Amino acid sequence: MIGRQLDENPAGIHLPLDPLPGHTSRGRLERVLRRGEFAVTTELNPPDSADPEDVYNRAKIFDGWVDAINAVDASGANCHMSSVGICALLTRMGYAPIMQIACRDKNRIAIQGDVLGGAAMGVANMLCLTGDGVQAGDQPGAKPVFDLDSMSLLETCRIMRDNGKFLSGRKLTTPPQLFLGAAVNPFAPPFDFRPIHLGKKIAAGAQFIQTQYCFDVPMFKTFMQKARDLGHTEKVFILCGVGPLASAKTAKWIRSNVPGIHIPDAVIKRLEGAQDQKKEGKQLCTDIINEVKEIPGVSGIHVMAYRQEEYVAEIVDESGVLKGRQPWKREIRRDDQMVADRLDHILHDEITETQVDMVKTAH
Amino acid sequence: MSDENPAVTQATLVKKAAPKSDYKPADVSPQRRVQRSFAVRLWSVRHSRLLEWFYARFADTFLLLHPLWKGIGYGRVEAPVKFVEKRVKGFMFDCRMCGQCILSSTGMSCPMNCPKQLRNGPCGGVRANGNCEVEPNMPCVWVKAWEGSQNMVNSDRILTVQKPVDQSLRETSAWLRVTAQAAAAREAAAAAKTGASA
Repeated sequence: MIGRQLDENPAGIHLPLDPLPGHTSRGRLERVLRRGEFAVTTELNPPDSADPEDVYNRAKIFDGWVDAINAVDASGANCHMSSVGICALLTRMGYAPIMQIACRDKNRIAIQGDVLGGAAMGVANMLCLTGDGVQAGDQPGAKPVFDLDSMSLLETCRIMRDNGKFLSGRKLTTPPQLFLGAAVNPFAPPFDFRPIHLGKKIAAGAQFIQTQYCFDVPMFKTFMQKARDLGHTEKVFILCGVGPLASAKTAKWIRSNVPGIHIPDAVIKRLEGAQDQKKEGKQLCTDIINEVKEIPGVSGIHVMAYRQEEYVAEIVDESGVLKGRQPWKREIRRDDQMVADRLDHILHDEITETQVDMVKTAH
Repeated sequence: MSDENPAVTQATLVKKAAPKSDYKPADVSPQRRVQRSFAVRLWSVRHSRLLEWFYARFADTFLLLHPLWKGIGYGRVEAPVKFVEKRVKGFMFDCRMCGQCILSSTGMSCPMNCPKQLRNGPCGGVRANGNCEVEPNMPCVWVKAWEGSQNMVNSDRILTVQKPVDQSLRETSAWLRVTAQAAAAREAAAAAKTGASA
């Protein structure tokens, strides 16, 4: 078919890609990373609704700018549409979601079931997280499960994929084909343990990493230096987490209320000094991307623009990280287009065609 | 994650809607409330090397007593040993009796005291001062574990990826289980040796 994009199954956009040697998944993100291209991922703000259009509208803003979209699993311990649900909707439309799995709400029985279900729907990427404590969210009275932790969750997924077995040892008839991810926060103590901790995650099965928001580039550079020295960057693709800050006030609020996000004073000063703080926040994000993309071992960026999703495209465009490449985009297929073009004619024009007329037009 | 406008976070609304009462529990999580203070626990982490040395001798002694445990019956001896173990380890480490002790791999800082019960390393929410994200007054169990493990002889044990907790072993004696396993391994090795020489 003419105009078919790279990394798209000709038989249907919702179908998995052909398996490639050295690839563990049949998804787009792994292909992009293994080709050595600079990957861009982002996060979909999960709707508080049961309307699928809400998910599609939120995903549409990223069309043609990102390689994969994170479907968050009740981030911040706040209730939203589930990551499995979002993934079910996104895979139908050909998007490449990264299904986040948090250990806070589900025990190992539920998690392993979700991994199989997700993989069956065509989810190729899964991000294994511990999850925020229930105390952080809107329902602090909930029971914190934490049956697995991010590390044993990674290992569980790896065992399911590579050994074709459940954690119990029971066999799977078809193992899931997955590209496994983990999160790393280089900006929280104990700082000298963090690179080693990354090594542990790699040993447990991590193939790509998304980091926490990076606002302190020198600190990130030190972390990457240590990771390179330990040889981690050859075994794992690291995507640096970035995002725009809406204002100095927001930055201060995040710093004191959201655990694990480190914002240096210099950043807040820069925002306070700006005329248009929102614009400056965006510019700051672009500047950070430009610095981060030069660090050896960084394979991509993960843009988290909570409630500023409309700026993701601009940020990616201005930083030029894609180098002219256009990630997969949902397009109308040629046959659909032909139907659409003729639809008006078919529905509204009075057609009284006889066989004789048809033969005439056919010639 | 982050929020643009602090005034409208869901958590704030929930907090505001909560009934007003003078009763304010002291700590955030029920897990924290059953612990007394951190003083002894932190002492144990500071003296992780000494405790490591002591535990090695202690485990050997327990293994020497294996015929005794076997004679009485591991099932029968479980209750009194557990009674002692729970109190001793409870005092020293704020032990949660998970039944599968990994203190030697975590710098003598019990990982079950983490509100998320992480057994493989810290989460991303550790505060800048090294305290827990959930319990702002408690030093992060894993920051302490890293400090403790660096003092120990087997400092690389912290690198082992731990399996998920087997919940069916809760409230059982880790001492007896380790002893029985070591004895079984020793017997298996001896059997293999005699088998090979015969």
